[in-house]
This record gives sequence, structure tokens and C-alpha cells, in this order.
Amino acid sequence: MNRDPVARGARHSRIGFADHWQAWHQHHRASALDSFGRLADTPLQTLMTALVVAIALALPATLLLALGNVQRVGERWDSSPKITVFLKLGSQETAINGFRDTLQGMPEIEELEYISPEQALQSFQSQSGFSEALTALENNPLPPTLVVTPAPAMSAPAQLDALRQRIAGDALVDDVSLDMDWVRRLNAIMTLGKQLVMGLAGLLGLGVLLVIGNTIRLEIESRREEIVVIKLVGGTDGFVRRPFLYTGFWYGVIGGLLSCLLVSVGVASLGGPVRTLAATYQDTFVLHGLGFVGCVALVICCIALGLLGAWLAVGRHLSAIEPR
Amino acid sequence: MIEFHNVSKRYPNGYEALTGVTLQVDEAEMVFLTGHSGAGKSTLMKLIMLIERPSQGQVVIGGRNLNRLRSGQIPFHRRQVGVVFQNHQLLFDRSVFDNVALPLQIAGVHQREVGRRVRAALDKVGLLERERVNPITLSGGEQQRVGIARAVVNKPPVLLADEPTGNLDPNLSSDIMQLFREFNQVGVTVLIASHDWSLIRSMGARVLTLEQGQLVHDGVLVQGEVPA
Repeated sequence: MNRDPVARGARHSRIGFADHWQAWHQHHRASALDSFGRLADTPLQTLMTALVVAIALALPATLLLALGNVQRVGERWDSSPKITVFLKLGSQETAINGFRDTLQGMPEIEELEYISPEQALQSFQSQSGFSEALTALENNPLPPTLVVTPAPAMSAPAQLDALRQRIAGDALVDDVSLDMDWVRRLNAIMTLGKQLVMGLAGLLGLGVLLVIGNTIRLEIESRREEIVVIKLVGGTDGFVRRPFLYTGFWYGVIGGLLSCLLVSVGVASLGGPVRTLAATYQDTFVLHGLGFVGCVALVICCIALGLLGAWLAVGRHLSAIEPR
Repeated sequence: MIEFHNVSKRYPNGYEALTGVTLQVDEAEMVFLTGHSGAGKSTLMKLIMLIERPSQGQVVIGGRNLNRLRSGQIPFHRRQVGVVFQNHQLLFDRSVFDNVALPLQIAGVHQREVGRRVRAALDKVGLLERERVNPITLSGGEQQRVGIARAVVNKPPVLLADEPTGNLDPNLSSDIMQLFREFNQVGVTVLIASHDWSLIRSMGARVLTLEQGQLVHDGVLVQGEVPA
């Protein structure tokens, strides 16, 4: 009995690497199709589980999308701070020109725009709807204004504040307004919002894992006999695991696609109202949807969650099923 | 092919199913295993299939010491041991063909080879024309033969059968035994657990008898002898 059983050759079947690979490939395809077939056999139950996945991921995806759009609004309006310098009423043209030359020579300043009282009045009349009220005025009440765009290097609030004070020190200047607080606040709110959404996404993702894990657990229970037989005739753990992982994979695919659909329907239904709102601000802002890349990312997230949920359930419950 | 060296099996509840069993079954031998229920027949078979591990002693199958096999190697060991179960262990969610094909799919046999081998095995047990039906529609004897086809389809060097004729009438039983004899004649080592004395005697094969977990008889039964 010292002979190697494999060396006996003829009667003993031998399987080459190529055949193994082919069979492995074959079993993957068969498992994927079989798992999908089983899901298709119970469409309502499958749809409900997939909807749980879809809703759980559509929610944070929608919130992230909303945050992204709000950020775009912020960028459109004013991403770099501007300093508005109101000069004293009745300032002499020559004095103003001199002051403009001084400012233009400063390295801290990137761009300088002069709005004369006449220009200001004109644009006010054309835009604000106060044209009749304005024509009733005898004198132009608007001061000459300079709009200063600081150099890109001047991003720190302290630097900007120093520049503001230097400009305010000039005798011509009535008031200086540094219009950047709201940008800073918006950015802070966005950061906070993103963190909240991430936390929410984490919790909802955990929920998805539990739902898929539980669904797979029930599936394992209902196929207990099959698992025992497969183990008795020499099936590896990987062979037993495969169809269940594919079930998780398909829940991910279906849930992901449904999730994309939910988000897209939401964006499409909000698109009209947002355009109308933007129009009242003389803006052509358009709501951005997920796009192709976003959809792919969402589906991949769902698949990853589906696979992970299935993996956890299989790891937890398969070892408990052994032939007796 | 099958060696037990002073093997004992004690279950966690303290029940000792096997006590110091030493035996050897040579390659291409056909051996019956008898004993009353509870004598340890099933435990002995489970040790060979690595469903259980011995508490003490060594089990060596085909030169491989099973004590040294890690749990990841168990599936590959089981592919070397074909098993026929008393309750058939067939899957009723698939056809006869798919039941028999299962061990080949698991072993990674090429698709075109699977069909050929499954039909050869079904032909051997006389069920070739039933390959498309669900095994639940078959009689007990036919189901048992599907189980046999599945056990031999991968051409394992060792074939175990646990009470393969337990629920069958004498005619069917001797047909089934004839099948085992044919496999044995092409070199398969066959170990059959049974307590059908008349059938065992008619086969004229070596008999191992267990009693309360101990091997009490080893040899060919003579006419009229009932072991234990």
C-alpha cells in the first residue's frame, strides 16, 4: 500500500490545467446564470430587496449631487473674493485717476475695474426695475466705485484684511467692503454637509449589507441539502460559495441600476423648477445629474455592497452546514 | 487501499463509537462491513470520508494519512472516494443527468467530457433513457442506481456503500450487488455496509463484523454462519 494512487494512471481520471480553467470559467458562467434565474423566478421578492438597496444608495447619492450643485452655484457667483471700494461722492475725476494708478501699481492687486456714477446709474436702471424711481431723482446718488480683484496669492483672510485696511486709509475712500464671508460660510457648510452625507451613506450602506446578508442567509438555508451533497462529493468551499456570491452581485447590479433611475427621475423632475428659479437671477444655471461616470460609480458601489453582504453571510453560515 | 491503525472514535457526549479498530483492505478488494445498528459501521465510513476525524489512531486511504490532511484538502480527498448513501442523497431540483454530472463539474471535467461520462455511468446502471427526468419520479431502486452512477462517474479508486439495499426487495438487491461486483472487477476497492446476511453470504466476499465499536470477525462467511 505504498503506491501513489495518482501514479496508477489509466483507470484514474486526470484533469489538466486547461480543463480546470475551462471548468472554472464554465462554473462561473453557470453560477451567474443560475443565480440570476433564481432571482427572476421570484421577481417581486427580488425587486423589493433590490429596491431597498436602490433607495438606501439613492438617498446619499442625491444629497451629494445636491451639494455638488450648490457648490457650483457658489463658484459661478464668486469664487475669488472681491473688494468693493466706494469713493466719496463728488470726488474729482483727476484725483480718482491718480488713485487708480496707485492701486494699479500695487502687486497685491490683479485687476481693477472702475464704475463711474453714471455707469452705475445706467446698469441700476436697466436691471433693478427702479428706473422710474431713479429718473425722479435730481442728482445721481451713486458714488464712484472701484472693484478690486486681489492677486491669486492673496487668499488668506488676514492678507485680504490688510489690503482692505490699506485701501481704506486713502482720503478719497468712503467705505470698503470685502465681500467674502458668505463664500467662506458656504464652503464651511458644504464641508459639514459632505461629512453628514458620508456618515449617512455609511449607515445606509451598513443597512444594505444587513439586508443582503439576511437574504443570502435565507437562500443558504433553503439550499442546505444541495450544499451537503456538494460537500459530500468533493465540492470546495469556493464552489459552494460561488452561486451565493453571484446572488449578491445581481442584487447589487439590479439595485444599482434602480438607484440610478431613482436619482435621474429626481433630477429630471427638479430640472424645470431650478431653471425657472435661475432665470429670476438672470442666470442660466442647469442642474447637473449623475452623468455616466456617476451612474457607473453608483452601480459599482451597489455591486461591492452586494458582494460584501453575500460574502459575510456565506462565511458566517456555510461553515455551519457540514455533512453528518 | 484502506488501512485503520488502532482507530478509536469518541464523540463529545462521551459515546465511544469505535474502539481500537485495526484493519486493512487491499486494492481492488470487495469487503462487506456488518454489525447491528450502533455497532460503528457508519462511524467507520464517516472516518474514511473525513466527515469525522478519529479521536485516536490513523486512517490511511490510498497511502495518504488522513490525519495529516488539512480541512482545505478534504474536498480533494472526497473526490477519490465514491459514496452510495442509504437515503440516496439525490437533488430533486435537477434532472438525473445533472445529479450524476455534479461530481464531474466539481472536479473540473471538460464540458464535452461530462456528457460522455455521465451517459456511460447511466448506461452502466441501466438508466440511460431516464437522464432527462427528475429523480423524484423514479422508484426507490432506480434512485439508488442514480446514486451509484453518481458515485462512480468520477472513477474513484474507492467506493463506499452504506446499506445500499436497505429498502429494496431481494431481486433488486442482488442486481445492485451485481453492479458493485462489476465495479470491483475493474479494479475499484469496494466497501459495503450491510446486514443482509443472505445476500452477503451469496457474494462469498470477505466480511468485517463490528460489535460495540470493536472488530470481532474478519473473513469469508461459511454457509449457515451468522457473525456476532
